[in-house]
Amino acid sequence: MELGNKDEGSWSPYIAGGLSGLVIIVSVMWTGQFFGASTSFVRSAGMLGKLTGPERVAQLEYFIRYLPKLDWQLMFVIGIFVGSLIASVWSGSFKLQGVPDMWAERFGTSPVKRGIVAFIGGIIAMFGARLADGCPSGHGLSGIIQLAVSGLIAMIFFFVGGIIMTRLLYSGGNK
Amino acid sequence: MGMLIYGLLTGILFGFLLQKGRVVRYDKQIGALRFQDMTIIKFMMSAIIVGMVGIHFFDTFGLVQLLYKPLVLGENITGGMLFGLGWGLLGYCPGTQGGALGEGRWDALWGILGMIVGAGLYAETYPFLMKNVLNLGNYGYLTIPQLIGVNRWLVVIIFIAGVLALFRWFEKKGL
Repeated sequence: MELGNKDEGSWSPYIAGGLSGLVIIVSVMWTGQFFGASTSFVRSAGMLGKLTGPERVAQLEYFIRYLPKLDWQLMFVIGIFVGSLIASVWSGSFKLQGVPDMWAERFGTSPVKRGIVAFIGGIIAMFGARLADGCPSGHGLSGIIQLAVSGLIAMIFFFVGGIIMTRLLYSGGNK
Repeated sequence: MGMLIYGLLTGILFGFLLQKGRVVRYDKQIGALRFQDMTIIKFMMSAIIVGMVGIHFFDTFGLVQLLYKPLVLGENITGGMLFGLGWGLLGYCPGTQGGALGEGRWDALWGILGMIVGAGLYAETYPFLMKNVLNLGNYGYLTIPQLIGVNRWLVVIIFIAGVLALFRWFEKKGL
Protein backbone atom coordinates (compact mmCIF):
# COMPACT_ATOMS: atom_id res chain seq x y z
CA MET A 1 0.00 0.00 0.00
CA GLU A 2 1.52 3.30 -1.04
CA LEU A 3 1.28 6.04 1.56
CA GLY A 4 2.65 9.12 -0.10
CA ASN A 5 3.24 10.00 -3.72
CA LYS A 6 4.03 12.95 -5.94
CA ASP A 7 0.59 14.49 -5.45
CA GLU A 8 0.98 17.36 -2.96
CA GLY A 9 -0.74 16.71 0.37
CA SER A 10 -2.60 13.57 -0.66
CA TRP A 11 -3.24 10.70 1.71
CA SER A 12 -3.50 7.03 0.89
CA PRO A 13 -7.09 6.27 -0.16
CA TYR A 14 -7.02 3.36 2.29
CA ILE A 15 -6.29 5.71 5.20
CA ALA A 16 -8.67 8.48 4.09
CA GLY A 17 -11.38 5.88 3.37
CA GLY A 18 -10.88 4.09 6.67
CA LEU A 19 -11.12 7.36 8.57
CA SER A 20 -14.33 8.13 6.68
CA GLY A 21 -15.66 4.81 7.95
CA LEU A 22 -14.99 6.04 11.50
CA VAL A 23 -16.80 9.30 10.74
CA ILE A 24 -19.80 7.25 9.56
CA ILE A 25 -19.83 5.22 12.80
CA VAL A 26 -19.67 8.33 14.99
CA SER A 27 -22.37 10.04 12.91
CA VAL A 28 -24.75 7.08 13.22
CA MET A 29 -24.12 6.70 16.95
CA TRP A 30 -24.40 10.37 17.71
CA THR A 31 -27.16 11.61 15.43
CA GLY A 32 -28.56 8.45 13.84
CA GLN A 33 -27.64 9.74 10.38
CA PHE A 34 -26.21 7.48 7.71
CA PHE A 35 -24.49 9.17 4.75
CA GLY A 36 -26.57 10.02 1.71
CA ALA A 37 -26.69 12.81 -0.82
CA SER A 38 -29.29 12.52 -3.55
CA THR A 39 -32.35 13.48 -1.47
CA SER A 40 -30.70 16.89 -1.00
CA PHE A 41 -31.08 17.57 -4.72
CA VAL A 42 -34.81 16.91 -4.43
CA ARG A 43 -35.05 19.40 -1.57
CA SER A 44 -32.95 21.91 -3.52
CA ALA A 45 -35.12 21.48 -6.61
CA GLY A 46 -38.17 22.05 -4.43
CA MET A 47 -36.68 25.17 -2.88
CA LEU A 48 -35.79 26.63 -6.28
CA GLY A 49 -39.17 25.57 -7.64
CA LYS A 50 -40.90 27.44 -4.84
CA LEU A 51 -39.33 30.65 -6.15
CA THR A 52 -40.78 30.22 -9.64
CA GLY A 53 -43.92 28.15 -9.19
CA PRO A 54 -44.89 27.64 -5.56
CA GLU A 55 -48.35 26.22 -6.44
CA ARG A 56 -46.80 23.52 -8.61
CA VAL A 57 -44.34 22.51 -5.90
CA ALA A 58 -47.11 22.34 -3.31
CA GLN A 59 -49.03 19.98 -5.62
CA LEU A 60 -46.29 17.50 -6.31
CA GLU A 61 -46.45 14.43 -4.12
CA TYR A 62 -42.69 13.94 -4.20
CA PHE A 63 -42.09 17.35 -2.63
CA ILE A 64 -44.60 16.48 0.06
CA ARG A 65 -42.62 13.33 0.81
CA TYR A 66 -39.36 15.29 0.76
CA LEU A 67 -40.21 18.77 1.96
CA PRO A 68 -38.18 21.60 0.39
CA LYS A 69 -36.23 22.60 3.48
CA LEU A 70 -32.75 22.46 4.98
CA ASP A 71 -32.06 19.24 6.82
CA TRP A 72 -29.08 17.24 8.12
CA GLN A 73 -28.28 15.79 4.72
CA LEU A 74 -28.39 19.03 2.75
CA MET A 75 -26.02 20.59 5.30
CA PHE A 76 -23.85 17.48 4.98
CA VAL A 77 -23.63 17.95 1.21
CA ILE A 78 -22.73 21.63 1.66
CA GLY A 79 -20.17 20.59 4.27
CA ILE A 80 -18.45 18.32 1.73
CA PHE A 81 -17.82 21.40 -0.41
CA VAL A 82 -16.42 23.31 2.56
CA GLY A 83 -14.25 20.40 3.77
CA SER A 84 -12.77 19.85 0.34
CA LEU A 85 -12.12 23.58 -0.06
CA ILE A 86 -10.28 23.66 3.28
CA ALA A 87 -8.21 20.55 2.49
CA SER A 88 -7.28 21.68 -1.02
CA VAL A 89 -6.39 25.28 -0.15
CA TRP A 90 -4.44 24.16 2.90
CA SER A 91 -2.35 21.63 0.95
CA GLY A 92 -1.98 23.80 -2.13
CA SER A 93 -3.82 21.38 -4.40
CA PHE A 94 -6.72 23.76 -5.10
CA LYS A 95 -6.84 24.37 -8.82
CA LEU A 96 -9.43 26.15 -10.94
CA GLN A 97 -10.18 23.81 -13.79
CA GLY A 98 -13.25 23.66 -16.02
CA VAL A 99 -12.24 20.73 -18.22
CA PRO A 100 -10.78 17.60 -16.58
CA ASP A 101 -7.44 16.35 -17.99
CA MET A 102 -8.77 12.98 -19.11
CA TRP A 103 -11.73 14.63 -20.82
CA ALA A 104 -9.52 17.22 -22.54
CA GLU A 105 -7.21 14.54 -23.89
CA ARG A 106 -10.11 12.83 -25.60
CA PHE A 107 -12.65 15.57 -26.39
CA GLY A 108 -10.63 18.76 -26.44
CA THR A 109 -10.43 21.72 -24.11
CA SER A 110 -13.80 23.38 -24.84
CA PRO A 111 -15.49 24.12 -21.51
CA VAL A 112 -18.81 24.54 -23.34
CA LYS A 113 -18.76 21.00 -24.72
CA ARG A 114 -17.72 19.65 -21.33
CA GLY A 115 -20.40 21.76 -19.61
CA ILE A 116 -23.21 20.52 -21.84
CA VAL A 117 -22.29 16.87 -21.37
CA ALA A 118 -21.84 17.34 -17.61
CA PHE A 119 -25.25 19.01 -17.36
CA ILE A 120 -26.99 16.22 -19.29
CA GLY A 121 -25.08 13.63 -17.29
CA GLY A 122 -26.25 15.28 -14.09
CA ILE A 123 -29.89 15.14 -15.16
CA ILE A 124 -29.71 11.45 -16.07
CA ALA A 125 -27.68 10.51 -12.99
CA MET A 126 -30.05 12.22 -10.57
CA PHE A 127 -33.16 10.84 -12.24
CA GLY A 128 -31.59 7.40 -11.90
CA ALA A 129 -30.52 7.95 -8.31
CA ARG A 130 -34.04 8.95 -7.28
CA LEU A 131 -35.50 5.99 -9.14
CA ALA A 132 -32.98 3.68 -7.46
CA ASP A 133 -33.78 5.40 -4.14
CA GLY A 134 -30.15 6.29 -3.50
CA CYS A 135 -26.71 7.15 -4.85
CA PRO A 136 -23.19 5.80 -4.14
CA SER A 137 -23.42 7.36 -0.66
CA GLY A 138 -26.86 6.17 0.37
CA HIS A 139 -26.84 2.81 -1.38
CA GLY A 140 -23.11 2.31 -1.80
CA LEU A 141 -21.66 3.31 1.55
CA SER A 142 -24.64 3.22 3.89
CA GLY A 143 -26.50 0.33 2.26
CA ILE A 144 -23.55 -2.01 1.91
CA ILE A 145 -22.29 -1.21 5.42
CA GLN A 146 -25.66 -2.47 6.71
CA LEU A 147 -25.47 -5.47 4.34
CA ALA A 148 -28.67 -4.37 2.58
CA VAL A 149 -29.38 -6.32 -0.60
CA SER A 150 -30.75 -3.13 -2.19
CA GLY A 151 -27.42 -1.36 -1.63
CA LEU A 152 -25.41 -4.13 -3.20
CA ILE A 153 -27.68 -4.47 -6.26
CA ALA A 154 -27.83 -0.71 -6.84
CA MET A 155 -24.04 -0.39 -6.50
CA ILE A 156 -23.45 -3.16 -9.01
CA PHE A 157 -25.71 -1.44 -11.53
CA PHE A 158 -24.14 1.98 -10.88
CA PHE A 159 -20.91 0.45 -12.07
CA VAL A 160 -22.47 -1.52 -14.94
CA GLY A 161 -24.04 1.70 -16.30
CA GLY A 162 -20.86 3.68 -15.70
CA ILE A 163 -18.64 1.12 -17.40
CA ILE A 164 -20.98 0.95 -20.42
CA MET A 165 -20.98 4.75 -20.78
CA THR A 166 -17.21 5.13 -20.46
CA ARG A 167 -16.77 2.31 -22.98
CA LEU A 168 -18.97 4.25 -25.40
CA LEU A 169 -17.13 7.51 -24.77
CA TYR A 170 -13.56 6.31 -24.62
CA SER A 171 -13.35 3.20 -26.82
CA GLY A 172 -11.00 3.47 -29.74
CA GLY A 173 -8.24 5.28 -27.87
CA ASN A 174 -7.45 8.97 -27.74
CA LYS A 175 -7.63 11.10 -30.84
CA MET B 1 -30.81 23.54 14.55
CA GLY B 2 -28.38 21.14 16.24
CA MET B 3 -28.97 18.59 13.49
CA LEU B 4 -28.08 21.15 10.82
CA ILE B 5 -24.78 21.91 12.53
CA TYR B 6 -23.97 18.22 12.95
CA GLY B 7 -24.73 17.75 9.27
CA LEU B 8 -22.41 20.55 8.29
CA LEU B 9 -19.59 19.33 10.55
CA THR B 10 -19.92 15.74 9.37
CA GLY B 11 -19.87 16.96 5.78
CA ILE B 12 -16.76 19.05 6.40
CA LEU B 13 -14.92 16.05 7.85
CA PHE B 14 -16.03 13.80 5.01
CA GLY B 15 -15.22 16.42 2.36
CA PHE B 16 -11.77 16.90 3.88
CA LEU B 17 -11.09 13.16 3.71
CA LEU B 18 -12.52 12.83 0.20
CA GLN B 19 -10.20 15.57 -1.02
CA LYS B 20 -7.22 14.09 0.82
CA GLY B 21 -7.94 10.69 -0.69
CA ARG B 22 -8.19 12.32 -4.14
CA VAL B 23 -11.48 10.68 -4.93
CA VAL B 24 -13.58 13.67 -6.00
CA ARG B 25 -11.90 14.25 -9.35
CA TYR B 26 -13.32 13.34 -12.75
CA ASP B 27 -10.09 11.57 -13.69
CA LYS B 28 -10.31 9.35 -10.61
CA GLN B 29 -14.00 8.54 -11.02
CA ILE B 30 -13.78 7.79 -14.72
CA GLY B 31 -10.38 6.17 -14.17
CA ALA B 32 -12.10 3.51 -12.05
CA LEU B 33 -14.83 2.94 -14.64
CA ARG B 34 -12.08 2.47 -17.24
CA PHE B 35 -10.14 0.10 -14.94
CA GLN B 36 -7.12 2.39 -14.97
CA ASP B 37 -7.05 3.80 -11.45
CA MET B 38 -8.85 2.16 -8.55
CA THR B 39 -8.39 4.99 -6.03
CA ILE B 40 -12.13 5.52 -5.52
CA ILE B 41 -12.73 1.80 -4.99
CA LYS B 42 -9.92 1.67 -2.41
CA PHE B 43 -11.40 4.64 -0.57
CA MET B 44 -14.96 3.39 -0.74
CA MET B 45 -14.22 -0.18 0.25
CA SER B 46 -12.00 0.97 3.15
CA ALA B 47 -14.82 3.16 4.43
CA ILE B 48 -17.29 0.31 3.99
CA ILE B 49 -15.33 -2.35 5.88
CA VAL B 50 -14.51 -0.03 8.79
CA GLY B 51 -18.09 1.21 8.94
CA MET B 52 -19.49 -2.31 8.59
CA VAL B 53 -17.56 -3.68 11.58
CA GLY B 54 -18.41 -0.67 13.75
CA ILE B 55 -22.09 -0.45 12.86
CA HIS B 56 -22.78 -4.15 13.34
CA PHE B 57 -20.71 -4.24 16.53
CA PHE B 58 -22.65 -1.38 18.10
CA ASP B 59 -25.93 -2.74 16.73
CA THR B 60 -25.47 -5.96 18.71
CA PHE B 61 -25.48 -3.77 21.83
CA GLY B 62 -28.45 -1.78 20.57
CA LEU B 63 -26.41 1.41 20.38
CA VAL B 64 -27.26 2.27 16.79
CA GLN B 65 -30.42 2.21 14.73
CA LEU B 66 -30.11 0.55 11.32
CA LEU B 67 -31.77 2.43 8.48
CA TYR B 68 -31.53 0.98 5.00
CA LYS B 69 -33.57 0.97 1.82
CA PRO B 70 -36.00 -1.78 0.84
CA LEU B 71 -35.11 -4.08 -2.02
CA VAL B 72 -37.24 -3.15 -5.03
CA LEU B 73 -35.63 -4.79 -8.04
CA GLY B 74 -37.43 -2.65 -10.64
CA GLU B 75 -36.22 0.54 -8.99
CA ASN B 76 -32.78 -0.56 -7.87
CA ILE B 77 -31.84 -2.06 -11.24
CA THR B 78 -33.30 0.48 -13.71
CA GLY B 79 -32.45 3.42 -11.47
CA GLY B 80 -28.98 2.05 -10.79
CA MET B 81 -28.34 1.55 -14.49
CA LEU B 82 -29.58 5.05 -15.38
CA PHE B 83 -27.49 6.58 -12.62
CA GLY B 84 -24.44 4.75 -13.96
CA LEU B 85 -24.98 6.02 -17.51
CA GLY B 86 -25.30 9.60 -16.24
CA TRP B 87 -22.32 9.16 -13.92
CA GLY B 88 -20.22 8.00 -16.88
CA LEU B 89 -21.10 11.23 -18.70
CA LEU B 90 -20.63 13.53 -15.74
CA GLY B 91 -17.74 11.89 -13.91
CA TYR B 92 -18.95 13.12 -10.53
CA CYS B 93 -21.51 11.70 -8.13
CA PRO B 94 -24.10 13.51 -6.01
CA GLY B 95 -22.15 13.43 -2.76
CA THR B 96 -18.68 14.07 -4.05
CA GLN B 97 -19.23 16.71 -6.71
CA GLY B 98 -19.54 19.44 -4.10
CA GLY B 99 -16.06 18.31 -3.09
CA ALA B 100 -14.88 18.58 -6.70
CA LEU B 101 -16.19 22.13 -6.81
CA GLY B 102 -14.47 22.78 -3.48
CA GLU B 103 -11.07 21.97 -4.93
CA GLY B 104 -11.70 24.21 -7.92
CA ARG B 105 -13.12 21.80 -10.50
CA TRP B 106 -15.86 24.17 -11.58
CA ASP B 107 -17.30 21.95 -14.32
CA ALA B 108 -18.98 20.25 -11.34
CA LEU B 109 -21.30 23.26 -11.25
CA TRP B 110 -22.95 22.04 -14.46
CA GLY B 111 -23.39 18.65 -12.89
CA ILE B 112 -24.95 20.16 -9.77
CA LEU B 113 -27.39 22.20 -11.89
CA GLY B 114 -28.18 19.13 -13.99
CA MET B 115 -28.87 17.14 -10.85
CA ILE B 116 -31.26 19.74 -9.50
CA VAL B 117 -33.10 19.67 -12.84
CA GLY B 118 -33.05 15.86 -12.78
CA ALA B 119 -34.56 15.81 -9.30
CA GLY B 120 -37.30 18.21 -10.45
CA LEU B 121 -38.04 16.02 -13.47
CA TYR B 122 -38.27 13.02 -11.22
CA ALA B 123 -40.73 14.80 -8.95
CA GLU B 124 -42.85 15.65 -12.01
CA THR B 125 -42.89 12.06 -13.29
CA TYR B 126 -43.17 10.42 -9.87
CA PRO B 127 -46.96 9.93 -9.95
CA PHE B 128 -46.67 8.19 -13.34
CA LEU B 129 -43.70 6.08 -12.25
CA MET B 130 -45.45 5.19 -9.03
CA LYS B 131 -48.26 3.57 -11.00
CA ASN B 132 -46.17 1.82 -13.63
CA VAL B 133 -42.56 1.12 -12.72
CA LEU B 134 -42.05 1.52 -9.02
CA ASN B 135 -42.71 -1.37 -6.69
CA LEU B 136 -41.86 -3.95 -9.37
CA GLY B 137 -40.17 -6.82 -7.54
CA ASN B 138 -40.63 -5.38 -4.07
CA TYR B 139 -39.02 -7.67 -1.49
CA GLY B 140 -39.10 -5.16 1.34
CA TYR B 141 -36.33 -4.72 3.88
CA LEU B 142 -33.87 -7.49 3.17
CA THR B 143 -30.25 -7.96 4.19
CA ILE B 144 -27.71 -10.35 2.73
CA PRO B 145 -27.56 -12.49 5.92
CA GLN B 146 -31.37 -12.76 5.89
CA LEU B 147 -31.37 -13.68 2.22
CA ILE B 148 -28.94 -16.56 2.62
CA GLY B 149 -29.95 -17.39 6.18
CA VAL B 150 -26.63 -17.12 8.02
CA ASN B 151 -25.20 -15.11 10.90
CA ARG B 152 -24.34 -11.57 9.80
CA TRP B 153 -20.81 -11.80 11.18
CA LEU B 154 -20.08 -14.62 8.77
CA VAL B 155 -21.08 -12.33 5.90
CA VAL B 156 -19.02 -9.47 7.37
CA ILE B 157 -15.91 -11.67 7.65
CA ILE B 158 -16.27 -13.04 4.12
CA PHE B 159 -16.90 -9.55 2.75
CA ILE B 160 -13.79 -8.16 4.45
CA ALA B 161 -11.66 -11.08 3.25
CA GLY B 162 -12.89 -10.45 -0.29
CA VAL B 163 -12.12 -6.74 -0.08
CA LEU B 164 -8.60 -7.37 1.27
CA ALA B 165 -7.95 -9.84 -1.56
CA LEU B 166 -9.18 -7.21 -4.02
CA PHE B 167 -6.82 -4.59 -2.48
CA ARG B 168 -3.89 -6.98 -2.78
CA TRP B 169 -4.71 -7.59 -6.39
CA PHE B 170 -4.99 -3.82 -7.10
CA GLU B 171 -1.57 -3.22 -5.57
CA LYS B 172 -0.02 -6.11 -7.46
CA LYS B 173 -1.41 -4.74 -10.72
CA GLY B 174 -0.48 -1.16 -9.80
CA LEU B 175 -4.06 0.04 -10.24
